[in-house]
Amino acid sequence: MTATSDLTTGAERPAFLSRFRPRGAVWLAAPAVLVLVVALAYPLAIVVVRSFTDPVPGIDNYIWFFQSAVNRTVLQRTFVVAAWVTLVSLICAYPYAYAMTIVGKNVRLVLILCVLVPFWLSGVVRTLAWVILLQDSGVINSFLRGLGLSPVKLIRTPPGVIIGMTQVLLPFMILPIYSVMKGIDTRLLQAARSLGAKPWRAFLQIYVPLSLPGVYAGAIIVFILSLGFYITPALLGGPRSILLSSLVQNQVLSLLNWGRGGAMGVVLLVATFVLLAIAAPLMRQKHTSTRREA
Amino acid sequence: MNAPQRSTGAAIEIRKASKRYGAFTALNDIDLHIRPGEFMTLLGPSGSGKTTTLNLIAGFTDISSGALEIGGKSVTGLPSHKRNIGVVFQHYALFPHMTVGKNVAYPLTLRGIKGDDRERRVKRALDMVKMADFAHRYPNELSGGQQQRVALARALVFDPPLLLMDEPLGALDKKLREWLQLEIKRIHRELGTTFVYVTHDQEEALVLSDRIAVFNGGRIEQIGTGRELYDNPATLFVGRFIGESTVLRGASDVSGNDTIMTIGSDRVVAHGRLAGDARPVMLLRPERVALKRAGADVVTGENRLSGTIAEAIYLGSGSKYEVRLNDGTIAVVRSPLGASDFAIGDSVDIAFMPADLILLPDDASADVTLT
Repeated sequence: MTATSDLTTGAERPAFLSRFRPRGAVWLAAPAVLVLVVALAYPLAIVVVRSFTDPVPGIDNYIWFFQSAVNRTVLQRTFVVAAWVTLVSLICAYPYAYAMTIVGKNVRLVLILCVLVPFWLSGVVRTLAWVILLQDSGVINSFLRGLGLSPVKLIRTPPGVIIGMTQVLLPFMILPIYSVMKGIDTRLLQAARSLGAKPWRAFLQIYVPLSLPGVYAGAIIVFILSLGFYITPALLGGPRSILLSSLVQNQVLSLLNWGRGGAMGVVLLVATFVLLAIAAPLMRQKHTSTRREA
Repeated sequence: MNAPQRSTGAAIEIRKASKRYGAFTALNDIDLHIRPGEFMTLLGPSGSGKTTTLNLIAGFTDISSGALEIGGKSVTGLPSHKRNIGVVFQHYALFPHMTVGKNVAYPLTLRGIKGDDRERRVKRALDMVKMADFAHRYPNELSGGQQQRVALARALVFDPPLLLMDEPLGALDKKLREWLQLEIKRIHRELGTTFVYVTHDQEEALVLSDRIAVFNGGRIEQIGTGRELYDNPATLFVGRFIGESTVLRGASDVSGNDTIMTIGSDRVVAHGRLAGDARPVMLLRPERVALKRAGADVVTGENRLSGTIAEAIYLGSGSKYEVRLNDGTIAVVRSPLGASDFAIGDSVDIAFMPADLILLPDDASADVTLT
């Protein structure tokens, strides 16, 4: 429109802000880059190289990996378990994060503490707590037996692993969802209701879509962490619920076979990248773009 | 014609309505009748109860006591999504994940309107606010004024009999605000919908409204047309809130049908007298005052108060002066283009006729609430 097209939109950064770019600002990232190069990029490069060279040059390690039925089963199981952990975390985290945005200040503090306290405990301690709860003569089964019900096999089964991993990874789902949710203008729900939307419809059609960036972020973090999770599946899992990380550990530390261990790691890495590439278009939020049509 | 069909606006009847939040009374026993198709503005400073009244009508909160009827039906306890009222918010409240077209279509989708019918009505509503070319944009790609026009289209697309607007232009700059005021006025004329408009800007209220309800401290001080409020304010608060004014205070006496007030060493005569024993104040509109050199151009019957020019402001269409009277009161005077100029420090008289003074009961709270 002629009268208003030249007015700046609220969403755009004023020109003077984007121009404020002191020279050399990139060096502020130097310490982190140094740590990442030394502690991640270099060892990773070694692992990749050895997967192609150890013990003999070629792709023998990869051929071995995919020819082994055990490896293929474990790889598949790793992804299935990660998907379950992500799903269960999401189901637990979404209402929890929503509750955090609507309760009073004191209750919110308690809820945040409940999320953060597990972070302050070592993963090993938490997992051992789950061993006590889940084992055949553990708290859960004693309780079931007390009710006259038959005990359930939890420890050393995939459901046991999923329960334990979900508990450990839940904060990584709750926090991104909460951070997005608290930025959602709940007055939009009031607006939707004034336009004729029942409360649940306003929630599903307005609130949920706006919270999705947090859901995607949390889901990706939890999924990727699940793929490489070691301690919890190792302690809670049994022979039928071994995940890829345990196989890698076995190859590298027990059999000293760096090449095969490296190949497994690379397969996991590539599979993760492929999955991310598939998920990326979902996460691209159209409304956050500042694209302008002519 | 592109605009949505003329609808019959709904009447609103509020009787003895109060809204309390714990010990705080946001709205104290108000009565308000809004006629079908009327443009009613709720005007007042922040915290005066005007937005609370709007929220009651919209169904965002419930009244604590009293009655509220829309279109002749009691709406007490009826949730907002069943009231069929359009609402425009100061913060636009467009859904950021939907395009302009989807935003405007949303209330139609909720009402089960689909396909071509929906398309046509969305286009008609966007045409009405001159935003049809923007249907595929997202809200954050639009300026504030454009977003508010889309919000207006969205609130009107389902032909509600009543439109509520809560300071819709509050976040926009002056030029754009003035232009949109005229747009809103035009749309109101075209549609025949009842508009209820909340603002703290008295000029905006004068531009837009058929009638204005002036709120103060949870009560309605006066309801009337802009002219009625300006010429015959019922209270000192209304007189000071609408337009500019000078308030004269002093020891007063009644002589026949006149009230005489002593200000410094001068005497001022006003026609009429207050009922009861309330302390009178005199309200003077700046355009009713003539500025004269001290002691010059005396006209019989006029009141004169002497003082010095404290501030002189050139406005283009004329000048505005602040005159410090002998008792320290600051009087505001507007003089038209071509009147003689005065400089700061000049000794002057302000002159005005007794009939131009508005006599009101004094009310100390009127001063407090305005600051």
